[in-house]
Amino acid sequence: MSTATYAGTDVAVNDEGFLTDPAQWREEMAPQIAAAEGITELTERHWQVIKFMRHEYETKGTGPTVRVLGKTSGVSVKELYQLFPKGPAKLAAKIAGIPKPRGCI
Amino acid sequence: MKRIVVLGGGTGGTLMANRLRRLLDRDAAEITVIDSGDAHLYQPGLLFVPFARARPESLTRPRCRQLRPGVTFRRATVERVDLDADQVLLADGASVGYDVLVIATGARLVPEETEGLTGPGWQDRVFTFYTLDGAVALRRALSEFVGGRLAVAVMDMPVKCPVAPLEFCFLADSYFRDRGIRDRVDLVYVTPLDGAFTKPVCNRELSGLLKDKSVSLVTEFNTGEVDGEGGRLVSYDGREVPFDLAVVIPLHAGQDYVSRSPGLGDELGFVPADQQTLQSKAKPNVFVIGDAADVPTSKAGSVAHFEGQIAARNITRYLAGEPLDASFDGHTNCFIESGSGKALLIDFNYDTEPLTGHFPARIGLPLLRQSRLCHLGKLAFGWLYWHVLLPGREIPGVHSQMPAAGKRQPAPSPVAPARSSR
Repeated sequence: MSTATYAGTDVAVNDEGFLTDPAQWREEMAPQIAAAEGITELTERHWQVIKFMRHEYETKGTGPTVRVLGKTSGVSVKELYQLFPKGPAKLAAKIAGIPKPRGCI
Repeated sequence: MKRIVVLGGGTGGTLMANRLRRLLDRDAAEITVIDSGDAHLYQPGLLFVPFARARPESLTRPRCRQLRPGVTFRRATVERVDLDADQVLLADGASVGYDVLVIATGARLVPEETEGLTGPGWQDRVFTFYTLDGAVALRRALSEFVGGRLAVAVMDMPVKCPVAPLEFCFLADSYFRDRGIRDRVDLVYVTPLDGAFTKPVCNRELSGLLKDKSVSLVTEFNTGEVDGEGGRLVSYDGREVPFDLAVVIPLHAGQDYVSRSPGLGDELGFVPADQQTLQSKAKPNVFVIGDAADVPTSKAGSVAHFEGQIAARNITRYLAGEPLDASFDGHTNCFIESGSGKALLIDFNYDTEPLTGHFPARIGLPLLRQSRLCHLGKLAFGWLYWHVLLPGREIPGVHSQMPAAGKRQPAPSPVAPARSSR
């Protein structure tokens, strides 16, 4: 467990850089978290996914997987990979300040 | 007279109906199992079909014959469930009312959801062994395979029996060795996970086994397209794995009727349930068992078996108006065939990852270590399945709660655990 500073505020993060308390997250922090992951600009499409992630987390207690995101967020899996290269569900969760989506076993 | 309706006559539905029939007097409850077909397939046997080590016709038996006297089997297709009216609506227009509904309709394969998978090359150089037809077609293709690259690829989680694709690799290694052409076959395992398995100790053992058998490992590969004609798997992030023969595990989803039943399922058609009581989140008189459930454990027959005892007790408590008191711990137990007449055993639950040691106690089958004994255990399981699991009985010495005795606790590791999602 360590601390990171986003938008001038100290937040607690885990070993992988995910916020440990989603309540500490504010929209202003997103661009900075994204930049650290190599995403230099957050477009409207990025925000659509980020806001969807927040909403899913708040209603279900966990972020969606990439396949569910592709079915429900209004952004296709293909585009999700363009927006958030490598791992859309993981990356979007991190930028949205929610825990890493619970994986499958 | 209470009415219990069980949707699905597979592993979970059959053992549930049989357990409930034993627990409830015939004049207290009637039990009906609804399924669209009458062929009960022993799914663990599919793995052996491509290697000509199981006869396809030996894997199916009539569903109705696995049910106890006093359980009604009704062959029908479910259109949807009306949660408000406590009714199951059938495709032929009939409706069936219930006091308790058990959802046990498993998972279905949706290969058409992956671009190109069912296009040119499907069942020709691209196969799956997750269906009986597919396993039989693959048997022929393997017997004609004389060399080249064989890719075994998992499209995405969740899949039934997550260790089966790894077992396929191990058995393929043995198979080609036996045929004397192993040096001409390049085996590659392609997974969306970041390791061979999700949990650290097991991941280490299974990755080591892949290496020992010269199976290369491609991780974090989310297949976006299968190009059967060109012989390529293409990931969403633009990477490619070429193949001469591909064995894929298609995407899985719940049944269609779940999606047609408002409020019942999630986006993929699985039914969210309380992971401890197995009561659905949709309505208190609906319970879920086996692969159909959205609970954080493996989709495996052993899970359905362990869940059976818990769900049966909770259903009888529910019918009696008493609070639910049985709690499922996520117990899963799998034999992993590792080739050359050996197998490993893993045993875990929601909180405890698969560990080394012995099962079910300090003296018992070795865990996470290849042995002849575990291979014999896997073969014996076929008999247990038909004669102990499906009738809804307990396996002597094996309980629904995971045993902790005999397991070696791992030393705290500074290394971050294997990630399990993307």
